[in-house]
Amino acid sequence: MANLRGGGFHAGSSMSHVERRHHLIVRITHWVNALALTIMVGSGLRIFNAYPAFARKGDTFCCYPFEGHRIPEWLTFGGWLAGARNWHFAMMWVLVVNGLVYLGFVYLHGEWRDLVPRRGIVRDAWQMTRFYLALRRDHPAQGKHNALQRLTYFCLPYLAIVSVLSGLAIWKPMQLAPLTALMGGFVWARYWHFLAMLALVALSLGHVFMVFAVDPYSLRSIVTGGYDPSKSPEARNARPFINLRARPRPEPPGGGDA
Amino acid sequence: MSRLWLPRRRHLAEGLGLDRRAFLAASLRAGGGAAAALALAGCDWKGPRAAQSLLRSAEHWNERVERKLFRPGARNVPSARAVAAGAKFPSYFIADELPVWDEATRGVWRLEVSGLVGRPQRLTLDDLKLLPRTEARLEHFCVEGWSAVAVRTGVRLSDLARHVGLSPDARYVDFQSFDDGYHESWDIESAMHAQTLIVYGQDGELLSPEYGAPARVYAPVKLGYKCTKYLTRIVFLAERNGGYWSDQGYEWYGGV
Repeated sequence: MANLRGGGFHAGSSMSHVERRHHLIVRITHWVNALALTIMVGSGLRIFNAYPAFARKGDTFCCYPFEGHRIPEWLTFGGWLAGARNWHFAMMWVLVVNGLVYLGFVYLHGEWRDLVPRRGIVRDAWQMTRFYLALRRDHPAQGKHNALQRLTYFCLPYLAIVSVLSGLAIWKPMQLAPLTALMGGFVWARYWHFLAMLALVALSLGHVFMVFAVDPYSLRSIVTGGYDPSKSPEARNARPFINLRARPRPEPPGGGDA
Repeated sequence: MSRLWLPRRRHLAEGLGLDRRAFLAASLRAGGGAAAALALAGCDWKGPRAAQSLLRSAEHWNERVERKLFRPGARNVPSARAVAAGAKFPSYFIADELPVWDEATRGVWRLEVSGLVGRPQRLTLDDLKLLPRTEARLEHFCVEGWSAVAVRTGVRLSDLARHVGLSPDARYVDFQSFDDGYHESWDIESAMHAQTLIVYGQDGELLSPEYGAPARVYAPVKLGYKCTKYLTRIVFLAERNGGYWSDQGYEWYGGV
């Protein structure tokens, strides 16, 4: 993608220059993650359907209201239990290696600075919430990500760690017995694994919703890497489904490339 | 004994009797989006075949990892608070009909221990009971995701192996049954684990036909489907010999 800075003036459009937002490694790991996580969730739900409950046989379980109810088949992947297990135990390596590549990259390359919570994150997140609820008119100032995004993205590695540890505890309750015990036993390890999955799915669905409802221009940045800041949600004052279109805006005083 | 006609249970949930190719086809049909994309990318059987070999190499890799993780000293100790399953212990089986050893037609049940051993034996249940007895409260892990606690009584396979003079060439062992050809072979390390038992008693009583009488394998180091019920032969081998479920697509190693 050509860098249009310094020459990118198009008739009929406002001054816009495309900045590089996501490094190639971030883009690749993002899409590998999207595919692998989808297969992991689908196959995991198929495995769950073989025993869609948490109680140890002969016992009851306190904390799951849908004991014995299968997940709808169309949400599952793998066809049958063995197929789902084979996919799950193959894809787990893809997911873990991919996650480590991503975390290693953002650590070494400095992107972690855009992802860790900053001072005042709670106040900023509250202001974003107020804006989305239309209790506030103007979009709070933000950098690459707003405060709600930062909090979400920051939580993801921790959810991943819970998923991996609880998954290991279910896979090897005998050889990794101390880990399983740390999770509260086999039954609870399955529960934590399930809850971590639910949280990851909820955050992912929220993420996809916000992409299409608030910042569809960010799709470009996660495919080609380019992002036009003049179309950012902040520039558009965008709430879900409000101000989706980027309108030519007056040039900010003293700004631009002129 | 009256015959217990029971419907074919959905053992291991849905043992559909699919082979690997069929389950992959099923996987790809069921998978929707991502899978459909993969299948389309392959255009014909190439996509699924590629996925098939990918999954198979993942299984080999996982077996290597699992064997590295295996510690002979690991012990399964169910929490004291864990409720025993008792009569709620699931009693799946493979055939349409509950396999019962009928002495009138088959003669006295004997457990053949053979293969790479110095002194092959054919042990009656009484012979088994004379061997050193081990009793332990253990947690059973099923491939379906449930677990169940029961007290198991029997003989350590390692004790039995000493009894028959196990050859150092034995790297695998096959557990065979009179249940419709059901068998599963294991790696010798798992077989020689101190909690791998030839079980003839459960919860203080002799094993009932629902749970694999007269004797079955039980070990917390393996998933339930590796633990052959209705045992007739234990054959020590130099090579692995597959198994009923492992030949259909479940992991051969099936370690816990």
